[in-house]
Amino acid sequence: MKARAFSYFRAATIDQALHAHARAGDDARFIAGGQSLVPALSLRLQAPRLLIDITHIAELRGVRREGAFLRIGALTRHCEMLSEPLIAEFAPLLRAAAPFVAHPAIRNRGTFGGSVAHADPASEFPAMTLALGAEIEIVGPSGSRRVKADDFFVDLFETALQPGELITAVFVPLFKADQRFAFDELARRRGDYALVGCGMLATCTGDRIDDIRISFFSVGNTPTRVKGTEAALIGSSLGAERIAAAQAALEGDLAPPEGDEVPPAMRLHLARVLLGRMLGRLGAGA
Amino acid sequence: MIGFDESLLDDADETVRVRFTINGRKVACEVAPRETLVDCLRNVLELTGTHAGCEMGACGACLVQLDGRAVHACLMFTVQADGARIDTIEGLTESGVIADLQAEFHRRNALQCGFCTPGMLVNAHELLSQVTRPSREDIRDALSGNYCRCTGYEAIVDAIDAVAKARIESGGPT
Amino acid sequence: MSAPLTSLDRPNSYIGRSVPRPNAKRLLAGRGRYVSDLRLPRMLYAAFVRSPHSHAKIISIDAGRASALEGVHLVATGADLAKICTPWTGTLDHFKGMTSAPQLPLPLDRVVWAGQAVVAVVAESRAIAEDALELIEIDYEDLPIVADIDSAREAGGPLINPGSANNVCFRSQLDNGSVDDAFAHAAHVVEEEFCFGRHTAVTLEPRAIIADYDPAAGALTVHHATQTPYQFQDLYSRHYGLPEARVRVIATDIGGSFGMKLHVYHEDMAVVGLSILLGRPVKYVADRIESFVSDIQARDHRVRARMALDGKGEIQAMDVLDLTGIGAFSSYPRTSVVEGNQVIRLIGAPYRFKNYRATLEVIFQNKVQTSQYRAVGHPIACAVTERLVDMAAVKVGLDPFAIRAQNLIADDAYPQTSPTGYRFEALSHQACLKRLHEMMDYDALRSEQAELRKGGVYRGIGIAAFVEITNPSPAFYGVGGARISSQDGAIVSLTPSGEVRCLISVTEQGQGTEAIISQIVADQLGVAQEHVKVITGDTEVTPHGGATWACRGAGIGGETALQATRALRRNILEIAALILQEQPSALDIIDGEVVDAGTRNQRMPVSEIARIAYFRSDTLPPGTQAQLTVSQHFAPQGYPFAFTNGIQGCSLEVDVETGFIKMLKHFIVEDCGRVINPMLVDEQLRGGIVQGLGAALFEECRYSETGQLVNGSLADYLVPMPMEMPDIVIAHIETPTADTELGAKGCGEAGTAAASACVLNAVNDALTPFDATINSIPITPSKVLKALKRF
Repeated sequence: MKARAFSYFRAATIDQALHAHARAGDDARFIAGGQSLVPALSLRLQAPRLLIDITHIAELRGVRREGAFLRIGALTRHCEMLSEPLIAEFAPLLRAAAPFVAHPAIRNRGTFGGSVAHADPASEFPAMTLALGAEIEIVGPSGSRRVKADDFFVDLFETALQPGELITAVFVPLFKADQRFAFDELARRRGDYALVGCGMLATCTGDRIDDIRISFFSVGNTPTRVKGTEAALIGSSLGAERIAAAQAALEGDLAPPEGDEVPPAMRLHLARVLLGRMLGRLGAGA
Repeated sequence: MIGFDESLLDDADETVRVRFTINGRKVACEVAPRETLVDCLRNVLELTGTHAGCEMGACGACLVQLDGRAVHACLMFTVQADGARIDTIEGLTESGVIADLQAEFHRRNALQCGFCTPGMLVNAHELLSQVTRPSREDIRDALSGNYCRCTGYEAIVDAIDAVAKARIESGGPT
Repeated sequence: MSAPLTSLDRPNSYIGRSVPRPNAKRLLAGRGRYVSDLRLPRMLYAAFVRSPHSHAKIISIDAGRASALEGVHLVATGADLAKICTPWTGTLDHFKGMTSAPQLPLPLDRVVWAGQAVVAVVAESRAIAEDALELIEIDYEDLPIVADIDSAREAGGPLINPGSANNVCFRSQLDNGSVDDAFAHAAHVVEEEFCFGRHTAVTLEPRAIIADYDPAAGALTVHHATQTPYQFQDLYSRHYGLPEARVRVIATDIGGSFGMKLHVYHEDMAVVGLSILLGRPVKYVADRIESFVSDIQARDHRVRARMALDGKGEIQAMDVLDLTGIGAFSSYPRTSVVEGNQVIRLIGAPYRFKNYRATLEVIFQNKVQTSQYRAVGHPIACAVTERLVDMAAVKVGLDPFAIRAQNLIADDAYPQTSPTGYRFEALSHQACLKRLHEMMDYDALRSEQAELRKGGVYRGIGIAAFVEITNPSPAFYGVGGARISSQDGAIVSLTPSGEVRCLISVTEQGQGTEAIISQIVADQLGVAQEHVKVITGDTEVTPHGGATWACRGAGIGGETALQATRALRRNILEIAALILQEQPSALDIIDGEVVDAGTRNQRMPVSEIARIAYFRSDTLPPGTQAQLTVSQHFAPQGYPFAFTNGIQGCSLEVDVETGFIKMLKHFIVEDCGRVINPMLVDEQLRGGIVQGLGAALFEECRYSETGQLVNGSLADYLVPMPMEMPDIVIAHIETPTADTELGAKGCGEAGTAAASACVLNAVNDALTPFDATINSIPITPSKVLKALKRF
């Protein structure tokens, strides 16, 4: 389990990183926390000529308010999601999801931007960007752009990122007083990839749900928003009947793939159970 | 143009010089870019107290402190640690900061083969430096990525619990 | 309850005391010396190309580009190594009729499991060796795959070993009493088919070996992370044609073993050959991915069993069929049939009934070998028996404790011979059962369970009695022709400064072998434990012996140390008597001082005797030759095995919507005879139980229909981790064996033996309100949900 030989370049600026990528004929990978990339290299599942270390690029750091958004720098580490007061105040769903991301030592090193870019369909944070309606700021050879999370996740480990592009920050709409959120997952062991997981953010008037975004992970090739389920909830308060309707709607939203240990029907069942429990908590005002 | 030397691309097998502070001492060594930190610590620097158990971040045997935080030495390449401060089980032992944990692990036999132990101690040290009064649940959670096949974990939890309480009694966390 | 006082209970006795392990401080400081840590001058590194096919013919191997790669020293194929290594066959004579094909370090023309090593590369680093692996081209031609037990047994199906009649490795039958009659007249019969998935050891340090052949000396030194250095000294010597005395095997610190590291592995044998071919040290450390496809696996049993009871709930008979799939070969030198053999012989062992019939069929398949791993056969025998007992309890209308109280062999009824032929010297099932009932606060647990059920919370309580095999005599391997010793040897010396050195053949894997041996030596000699140094694990230094497996370290190794130390004590007292002008019998040694046996008045330090004997022998009476080094060997006699017993209990909660199971608490009452170090025994039990809980809930090597392991990484194969494991409450009953002075039996496998049976019973107990049962291990959420028909 030793990586194939590669060259290493530590970029000080975004420009340096982009330039190096281009010069390597795009046979290069950006590395930040590396918590998923290093094993992939060690297993020789990937073998780029060049590894471009972006962890020392100051422009990719920092969490701050920018207008109606919280700007979370791509290099923000998972552990900072737990400790950063701005996250707790303005993106509490991310704060709630963070303890479920792997284990403490992984969280000390793994980065938010890296997790979103990797787009593992079983990861917590990519799915949460969907639930939050976040926007992903991308920079590349042809400049900078912002992509809505809804448009970012394309297929298995495939995103809107083009070769040579990297994520600079994720913009999360500020959490508001009339919003409620919930996060939960069903994992065999603490820190494992979940059999199914979910995050949701609701905007309410009293008990009535005016808007809700629900995103599942570990249910398919990408993190998945369940719009039919959301529609079943909007405009109503969260009674048992509404919750049951939402659970029933899930079948139309999810098509879990064949899994060796977890058949599609079981995953769908677990998603329903999880959704029911989370909506119950959301309804209770949690 | 800006910082990137293209001759790099043809030198994938060439070693590069890396400088860091290991266990309080400045160290320079020559490593291939593909060499992981755990391999460098063990093979180049002969700090064999850091162990390789799975090489994919799933067992916790290779934990070291990087700039004061526990990280998997198998999940980074040595070149990424250039300029960093790294503390391994050897350094933590010499400085005495985990002496009470080590003594309590010994007293309670919270280890058998000992292969997981350095990683357990690094994580226990991090937990106790962040949380003064961890519950047993907190301790188990903090160790949730540290695999031990021998002990069944309870003695490890007991030892960390006992040290946390002793530190409070002796006037707060050190 | 402790064993009665004996000659072992001397003043300042170390036996029965929880003394920390002296050798653990090194490990806590990161100063362990594991084989994976070692680097020798001029050392090279091996890596292996592995077969992607589970059954295929090797058409051609092209290693030209790999050989030419800078830094590569050797590329070796099966043919290269076959020139210097003789083949081995994993059969033993006492398993009548068993077969297995001869094996070589690397295959000549056929691969039989996916992951089998095919070609070896030796290079200046492991990374370069792996670079070379990518350059080797091998052409295969697929052969029909035998991936599971059923297809292996199909008449006319594909054969794993060409020329054999079928895929059966071994068949065995037991038939005692009148089973058919008992079933015909039974008031109640319970029957079930059980499945036990494959699992594997997952030691935290993977397999590691450095072979260092010195052609000038014609000597081979092997640094081998193993439990059994003597066994490997013998094997390397015989298969490579080297004189035994020129082969040295050193087993230093080892990062876990659990039975997995006492088998012959193809890569390990190959590494010895590679070192011989190169005349340089060659190191091989399996990486985790390799471990999953090449370490032995275990279990993989399907058992159909039934139990007959009379109207009062008295067990009358059992009838069992065990089918087990072991891979393409039987492993060497201990074979792959021992587990099945122990399954059929341990079933029903705690209970008083006479009619028993069992059939064992051991079957080849295109998978990696299974073989002995912690608690060999016990978890299967225990789960089958204890689940049937619980099913019977329901049928008869008895509580699980009550049916066991009625059927467990009475504690005063020994000796007993089980219907499967095992001879039990003295066990304590009833005392253990009673103690468990108190310890669990069983009645309170039951009422809490009933209360919670009303609120839709489903808790389960499970118990499982067990018998464990320890201290094996030559009946285990020796009689079958295996050169595996059941005796141990010790050399104990008084050093010139009055300290003690003990070289002993039992080995240390972290369970505390060196600690308990030093306790026994210190105790028996009458010196402080810190003045005793124990040395293990080096065939050039320590005497030949069985080493540590099958829970024999304390019982056999401990007795060896005891007898050697008593001999040394006699010799010391003889010299003391000459110096002090006393009878030896009038003297004793306490705390390093020779004292008057009656008054305990100090006469002279032991160190003074050492000084005189080593440096002033001229002052001793003429003709005196002080013998301050003694050697002793001890082989178990009397009962062929020292059986132990105990019972476990657990409380857990099943989430009936998700199928998730939360362990709440686990209990064990265990009787391993004389307890030498209670803390170390407790830690053996805890570790063993968690290993059993891993098997019960998480661990399984899952294979595709084409024989590919689909979860072969530590991210996908779920081992038990801290967050999910319960605290474990422990109590002891002590029934020493009378076969030794020490009276100790083993305890290392007791935890694993019954933990999964307990969980199986508890989960079924939790599911009682539903029409759902579980009969398969591991008990995963998908099995629970399927049983509950939730999807």
